[in-house]
Amino acid sequence: MTVDWSWIGDHTHDLTSLALSHLQAALLAVFFGLLISLPLAVVAHRVRALRGVFLGLSNVLFTIPSIAIFVLLLPVSGLTRTTTVIGLTVYTLVVLLRNTVEGLDSVPVKTKEAAKAMGTRPLRTLLTVELPLALPVIMAGVRIATVMSISLVSVATYIGDGGLGQLFTDGFQRNFPTPVIVGVVLTLLLALVADALLVAVQYVLTPWTRRRA
Amino acid sequence: MTICRPGKGHLMIQFDTVHKRFPNGTTAVHDLSLEMPEGGVTVLVGSSGCGKTTTLRMINRMVDPTSGTIRVGGKDVLEQDAAELRRSIGYVIQQAGLFPHRTVLDNIATVPLLLGWGRKKARARAAELLETVGLAADAGKRYPHQLSGGQQQRVGVARALAADPPVLLMDEPFGAVDPVVRTQLQDELLRLQKELSKTIVFVTHDIDEAVRLGDQIAIFRTGGHLVQCATPADLLARPADDFVADFLGAERGLKLLSLQHLADVPQGPAPEGGAWTLVLDEARKPRHWRATADDAELPVRPLKDTDSLLAALNESIASPNGLVARVDAEGVLTGVTSRDDIHEHASKTHGHGTHGTASVAI
Repeated sequence: MTVDWSWIGDHTHDLTSLALSHLQAALLAVFFGLLISLPLAVVAHRVRALRGVFLGLSNVLFTIPSIAIFVLLLPVSGLTRTTTVIGLTVYTLVVLLRNTVEGLDSVPVKTKEAAKAMGTRPLRTLLTVELPLALPVIMAGVRIATVMSISLVSVATYIGDGGLGQLFTDGFQRNFPTPVIVGVVLTLLLALVADALLVAVQYVLTPWTRRRA
Repeated sequence: MTICRPGKGHLMIQFDTVHKRFPNGTTAVHDLSLEMPEGGVTVLVGSSGCGKTTTLRMINRMVDPTSGTIRVGGKDVLEQDAAELRRSIGYVIQQAGLFPHRTVLDNIATVPLLLGWGRKKARARAAELLETVGLAADAGKRYPHQLSGGQQQRVGVARALAADPPVLLMDEPFGAVDPVVRTQLQDELLRLQKELSKTIVFVTHDIDEAVRLGDQIAIFRTGGHLVQCATPADLLARPADDFVADFLGAERGLKLLSLQHLADVPQGPAPEGGAWTLVLDEARKPRHWRATADDAELPVRPLKDTDSLLAALNESIASPNGLVARVDAEGVLTGVTSRDDIHEHASKTHGHGTHGTASVAI
């Protein structure tokens, strides 16, 4: 199995746009996943009865095979990027919802009491005390969801999307290993870079968790 | 039912037949009527589960009473918006309860920011308070976990003082620090209170802390009953019943002596030609006791008028002839006082206990 370097050189433009498309699908999924998870997690954190329902539901959704999700969505959104993003978003929920609930649970009762005793109203306490303190746990979830989504995008090749995943079908069909190898390497690179960036973002957002100098 | 009426000055906080029963059926506070004078320190004391913390938390509506009325500055707390009420009352929480994700400066600025002061003004005020509570300016940029327990507690006090509230609630604020630091923090609080004259409600289970800090002490018994409310001297001299006497502890008499100053005890000239002579330096400051028989020397610890009778009694026992050397503020000898004079004065305390707060048991 040898790599045809000249093929890579001839296709840098295509490879770049595939990689960007790949990344876009994954990041959109994590973004919408967070958008859905945050309010649900806040409700699940406050209303004990709903916690099991929400978390159970996100678990059940996670067990649906990815191809099945795309097929089920076809009548709704067709062979589009929307279908890809919806499918991936469903999978991010299992991690994002659970971590956000656990993050909110991890905020010390004493700290919430202090906020209340100082005269902070509940919404402001949520935004300025609870969510910031839950951030390390939420960010751990975001990192897993991001890496997971980046690896999952390829599955959407079945519906004509799939970013770098298209390189795999191309390579298999032509019995030409170079695109497959390039696809795998680029997917790995995307995941590594995205994860490193998220670590950096968390470092910037949570100055209080850094070790003292 | 015990009613505590200080009967002096303006009343800042009034409890009128306040009852608190929790949903699980326990009565935390039982028919409490209690008044707290403006600018005074009221200490709520009792063992755990006696309702003292619930009483404190009803003042800023962290807990609402089942029945009865609580007034702060004459206004019924239940008729005020809870969040706004809380911003107008300083609260020092057990183990500081600082926000771990905010710098010390931003922790202190919490209430000013909620009141809409603007970040610059709030931070300037916070920096000023750092100094007030005895912390270095560079501590402001740190995070709470980078400070010691005692320093965190100071930040907690600064945070409560930030918007200059007339009332300060303190819920076992010094419970989590070691005894040496606790004494320092108590001294600092007394010093601050001299400057600021806040109406302070202080919860503790430590009777020594209560005696040191309180202008009046309210003793609670399990089930939320107020047993006695009086000045520390009154309480120690005349406990209302065995429960209070037990709570005050075996050294009740010595605690009472710790509240009395040496100033009123008479003094006479230092003895000449006895078994022991007080040796002075050129400035007439006492140096040591010298035995006439063999020139042996024993140390002397001179006392000022502001020292307590307890310190005087201790010194009279330690001194070889039962005499306590008395000095003025500069340390110059003013005279000596005998053990008998101290004893006589100490036993008078019962007769002197009628000043200040009276407690009435009905």
